[in-house]
Amino acid sequence: MLEQYAGAAIMLVIAIGIAVGMVVMTTFLGPKREFADKMEPFECGESQLVSPHQRFSVKFYLVAVLFVLFDIEAIFFFPWAILFRRLGMFGFIEMLLFVFILGIGLLYVWKRGGLDWE
Amino acid sequence: MLVDLTITLVKILFIFAVTVGFFAPVLTWVERKQSALMQDRIGANRADIMGFTFLGLFHIIADALKMFTKEDFIPDGANKFLHTISPIVALVPALLTFAVVPFGGQYTLFDKEVNLVISDLDVGLLFVFAIASLATYGYVIAGWSSNNNWSLLGSMRTASQMISYEVTMGLTIIGVLMVYGSMKLTEIGAIQENFWMWGIFLQPLGFIMFLTASIAENKRIPFDAPEAESELVAGYFTEYSGLKFGMFFMAEFIEMVTIGAIMTILFLGAWHIPFLTTATLLSWFDFLGTTGSNLVVMLIHVGVFFAKVVFFIYLQMIIRWTLPRFRYDQIMKLGWKILLPLSLANILVTGLVILALN
Repeated sequence: MLEQYAGAAIMLVIAIGIAVGMVVMTTFLGPKREFADKMEPFECGESQLVSPHQRFSVKFYLVAVLFVLFDIEAIFFFPWAILFRRLGMFGFIEMLLFVFILGIGLLYVWKRGGLDWE
Repeated sequence: MLVDLTITLVKILFIFAVTVGFFAPVLTWVERKQSALMQDRIGANRADIMGFTFLGLFHIIADALKMFTKEDFIPDGANKFLHTISPIVALVPALLTFAVVPFGGQYTLFDKEVNLVISDLDVGLLFVFAIASLATYGYVIAGWSSNNNWSLLGSMRTASQMISYEVTMGLTIIGVLMVYGSMKLTEIGAIQENFWMWGIFLQPLGFIMFLTASIAENKRIPFDAPEAESELVAGYFTEYSGLKFGMFFMAEFIEMVTIGAIMTILFLGAWHIPFLTTATLLSWFDFLGTTGSNLVVMLIHVGVFFAKVVFFIYLQMIIRWTLPRFRYDQIMKLGWKILLPLSLANILVTGLVILALN
């Protein structure tokens, strides 16, 4: 069972090797000429006015929460879809109920403006 | 055992040679040439070796050399560790998704069954989604650790765009799974030996929605709000230089290849030629013996597969240089209010049709 993953594991090791090798190479191959003005974070010619590490729009959190909800529900579809032919009518009606509940959830978020950006 | 290991290693090296060694650098050139062609410019043609420009192909070498020898820059106030690892976190998943992508069928070489896929997982498609979504971390870390306002804005946009379209992507693919009854990519590919079983005929709506969602997932124009040059400088990689910067691009180009490969397997008949079964193809080359004919058919299949992948890559290129960038609210609206309900409807319709046919 697990040996299925052997190839992927070898590939993971090589991929990490390639990526780390690239970072190491670019770190050591390039020149290092540092001075204060250059080290400032880029802000279109200005000195940095505000730190980026502050509060930002709550919209992004909302999307993250919605993602967790809907993605977990999407995962439930996968095994069902594989077995769909075997489950037949029973499976279809069960999933109809599931989609119905999912749809109500989506409709609720939609109507409350959770999906609107400005 | 040793033979199996060698075969696996050869396949892995082949995949890396094709993606990192060939597609990633060549696509940078193709992108420039394509944009030049579509905007009526001459395009990349300056780099020359002793007067030969060779269609600007030397730009690939020049770009690589430049990226390697550029100064690696980490701004003040940035988290050095996170800033350094984020390109790795972004690139590794892009490379790893290829572990389950079959680039050919099953062939008998020297009395040995060779399956042209590195890891033939039962949950292949789920593996692709699981690994591909890990790349989101790379982009978020990159933006957050840079201590730059543009980077942070870019990475927040990236995060919410990528996770939004992940939901849609997952749901658009359900129709395909229902039709084929398998998540194993080799199995899905094998079923499509029959031309009329190609995904594009069975799931036309799924095809279009998956293409849209995967371009959005890869953050390419018209969905490139996360790195919108005209508003966010460069988005999450504003503070990156040298090869670290190049790695984000590499990840993007390799993901283009992945999208092409997945779409080929799911919708465009994988490695099969229309109306030409593997058995017929094998019988044509019967005079070469078992190994010989299998080898020839294998090469043909791999060639056909990558030809289809190139087609999808080119499609993405054309889309990129044809459409303007969508506004961020339009992107989110498309994902949540159009593609999500449509994909649910697609699932229901697919289910009804399958039930009616049975």
